[in-house]
Amino acid sequence: MSSFDLDARRLLCPMPVIKTQNRIKELEPGDQLAVYCTDPGVLEDIPTWCRINGHTVLSSHSNDQEICITIQAESPRHGALN
Amino acid sequence: MSHTPKAVALISGGLDSLLATKVVMDQGVHVEGINFYTGFCVEGHTHAIRQQDKQKAKRNNALWVAEQLGIKLHIIEVIEEYRDVVINPKHGYGQNLNPCLDCKIFMVNKAQAWAWMEENQFDFIITGEVIGQRPKSQRRDTMPVIARESGADDRLLRPLCAKHLPMTLPEREGWVDREALFDFHGRNRKPQIALAKELGFTDFAQPAGGCCFLTDQSYSSKLQDLWTTRGKREYEIDDIMLLKVGRHIRPKPNFKLIVGREEGGNNYLSGYRRDFTSINTVSHKGPLVLVDGSPSEDDLKLAAEITARFGQGRDASEVDVEITTKDGQCQRLTVQPMATTAIEQSWYV
Repeated sequence: MSSFDLDARRLLCPMPVIKTQNRIKELEPGDQLAVYCTDPGVLEDIPTWCRINGHTVLSSHSNDQEICITIQAESPRHGALN
Repeated sequence: MSHTPKAVALISGGLDSLLATKVVMDQGVHVEGINFYTGFCVEGHTHAIRQQDKQKAKRNNALWVAEQLGIKLHIIEVIEEYRDVVINPKHGYGQNLNPCLDCKIFMVNKAQAWAWMEENQFDFIITGEVIGQRPKSQRRDTMPVIARESGADDRLLRPLCAKHLPMTLPEREGWVDREALFDFHGRNRKPQIALAKELGFTDFAQPAGGCCFLTDQSYSSKLQDLWTTRGKREYEIDDIMLLKVGRHIRPKPNFKLIVGREEGGNNYLSGYRRDFTSINTVSHKGPLVLVDGSPSEDDLKLAAEITARFGQGRDASEVDVEITTKDGQCQRLTVQPMATTAIEQSWYV
């Protein structure tokens, strides 16, 4: 299991979701991805994308400046084909 | 082993694509959604730049629809490729700078390219189009144009109006029962509302102006202004994002001001302070303003006076403002706020 960071700051939804989707494709099941964002829309969109595609949101933290959502990639068999 | 047909549905997040997808899913077809992000999509991100939207749920309707349907959604960013559709639409624009017919051809073509990929192996494409619903792209005579020019041909199924159209491959192959499809037409939404109720959907998005900023007159005016003043029909992603934010005021051809309307917009504009000269009021609360173009010293003074007009010092005799260049050099000015009547209506882009 490896951990990775993704910088999606200053991007407006759905770009943080697209970047997350594309990065997760490259990870192995069990890998963790911490996505750093500034658009509060991600608090709704990234967890929804994870539910749809079978990945797990491990944590979500936010302050006035930014939001960090940590995701665990799950097996593609249960997740996205893309 | 029997073949389970697979379809990819263009999901905009609106009611029609939701219904079209559900109708086909209910016939035992495996459906996944696809959604294209062109940079002009209204979805989601306006919440981040408009304070007034803070009370609304910050949901992306395409993702929400996919979750309601229980299908995967593949979101594809097409900003670069889409540029040619906006700048050189073969079939022209609609009422504003909306190239709806070229856009639909482009999206069906992209969906097809994705769907036929070896690792995906989908059999056909679904859209929520309804004959007569849109003046440009959803007409009886343009439906075959989309199928033909996208390359999807008879693998493009429009379940909501299929009975008005020739048989498609999924109908001929028996993957989909034509009798269970629909004959909707026109702008009347009652059949869709009734079908939504029948299928158990009570909450769905119905954007009045569609899901694209290019259908918006004000947005199209700003884009046209950008092309006119630059002398070329081009844009970068930051250009089209900034057209969505604040008031755009062009006092002279060589520069315009982007004036933040509220906290969300100001925060968003502040991310561009290294790309533009910016102006903010110091003695009073006020907006953050970006200056786009090549202003002279006198132009910057004019810009400062306009900036002061949009702050809380608008009625004061003097307002202190700070002008900051792209490389961070600051200059302070004391200016008289411009009178509201002095800001010509024609300056508003």
